Amino acid sequence: MELFIARLFDGISNGATYALIALALVLIYKATTLINFAQGEMAMFGAFIVLVLATERGVPIWLAVVIGMAISALIGAGIERTLIRPFDPADHLPLVIITLGLFLVFGATAGIIWRFDPRPFPRMFPTGNALSFGVATLTWYTVCVVLTVLIVVGLLTLLLNKTKIGLAFRAVSSNLESSELSGIRVGPTLQFGWALAAAVGTLAASIYVANPLFQLEPSVMARVLIYSASAAALGGLDSLGGAIIGGIAIGMVQSIIVQYVPFIPNELSLATAVAVLVLVLVFKPSGLFGTPQVERV
Amino acid sequence: MSDEVDPATETPPATAQRLLDVRGLRGGYGPIQVLHGLDFHVDAGEVVVILGANGAGKTTTLRAVSGMIEIAGSVVFDGEEIAGTKKADIVRKGVAHVPQGRGTLPELSVVDNLRVGAYSRKDKQVDADMAKWFEVYPVLHERRDQRAGSLSGGEQQMLAVARALMSRPRLLLLDEPSLGLAPLIVQDLFQRFREINKETGTTMLVVEQNARLALGIADRGYVIESGQIILQGDAASLIDDDAIRKAYLGV
Repeated sequence: MELFIARLFDGISNGATYALIALALVLIYKATTLINFAQGEMAMFGAFIVLVLATERGVPIWLAVVIGMAISALIGAGIERTLIRPFDPADHLPLVIITLGLFLVFGATAGIIWRFDPRPFPRMFPTGNALSFGVATLTWYTVCVVLTVLIVVGLLTLLLNKTKIGLAFRAVSSNLESSELSGIRVGPTLQFGWALAAAVGTLAASIYVANPLFQLEPSVMARVLIYSASAAALGGLDSLGGAIIGGIAIGMVQSIIVQYVPFIPNELSLATAVAVLVLVLVFKPSGLFGTPQVERV
Repeated sequence: MSDEVDPATETPPATAQRLLDVRGLRGGYGPIQVLHGLDFHVDAGEVVVILGANGAGKTTTLRAVSGMIEIAGSVVFDGEEIAGTKKADIVRKGVAHVPQGRGTLPELSVVDNLRVGAYSRKDKQVDADMAKWFEVYPVLHERRDQRAGSLSGGEQQMLAVARALMSRPRLLLLDEPSLGLAPLIVQDLFQRFREINKETGTTMLVVEQNARLALGIADRGYVIESGQIILQGDAASLIDDDAIRKAYLGV
């Protein structure tokens, strides 16, 4: 039982990161109706900026995170303006290929600038255990990560529901043509979504590698993206709350399956995420909390 | 100066209040040309209807006016050429377009749909306007927190119209508002258009297949066929026109 709880706690802390990246994926999906395959690499790139600011420029870590998020937001906005907007939003193939290209570009650029050796990330949260039952320990890291995720989703919900740009963003993701006919400028509104997603992604990558067990290196987010994409699909792709619940659920499934299903070694845990993704797509394509695609004719 | 008065214009003094003046309008989708040189106008305060069969180019005409397709020819709104202007800017000038089908934002609540309608406004009377349209369409008030996608077809059409009116347009473009709605609901919807036109002075350009209904509330009408205007006149004379009676009224 203690071991089970221990695995659950592990699952929660990984799941929280999956949840944040899933949140970023959902924001892009709502804006452009595609999965941004470069989301993880963009987040990794942002985390490197945070690392450099904090370790080489002596910026306090949380200030470095905020600056890193702001720079990432600018990069995200620039990508939307130069590489996404010129293409027909209804034609997904070119857009998907662009995000795959960005995946490679960000990975390679980070390697060229910062090398491929793993680097320890500055601590963002207090160390030690908040609670322990025998082998099951709930670290302060896990507690703080969960709190961070809740704060982020709370702030995003406020931003989307209480501000004018948030209203425009929800309108455009609901019906692009009617939004345009209401005088909303669609381009800048979608750009806002990309900027927001990039900022959330950088926060996600930072708290992920702030885990004392992990280090930052250019490929660190590649696996996370698979888990997060499954999480976003499980949650329904267009639901913020769904992304969070999906992320935590995927984290726990991964953690528990690896412990209790002997024929799935840790190396194969990625397959569990893919399995969840396939099951969701087959049995409930709109996910747990997504909007079903229903059209009255 | 290019402000020469065209001697062919039927009522020269009316140009002062000519809200929309369209000349030689051509346009379509990619290589397919749908509109082959349309001339029509709408005076301030009028309700004008464009009649025609499926595929005649009615919807395309409205899309051309609100900037949704590339066009050749001239579209003058309130004395200003708007051909080639961006959609969002045309809305800001005072043209609101209720597209065919359900022009609502299905995932958003009724209230949020109306707020989106007022998106381009900067004044403080948005809430007062919303209260006014809730009075005109009480069912929307009852369902104000419901998602627009969960409303019935008629309610969604009311919402789409109310949303467009929230931008305080001077010209309201209505694209087949009767489409897919039950006859009783449609009667009511059209009566309401006429009342709104009388009370607020909002000029309306309505595209319809249901000729009897549309002519019933209109001041004037045009009939288009294959992207060209084949007939025009005031509503009363069109209703009595033999060709119209045969083609559109089924008598």
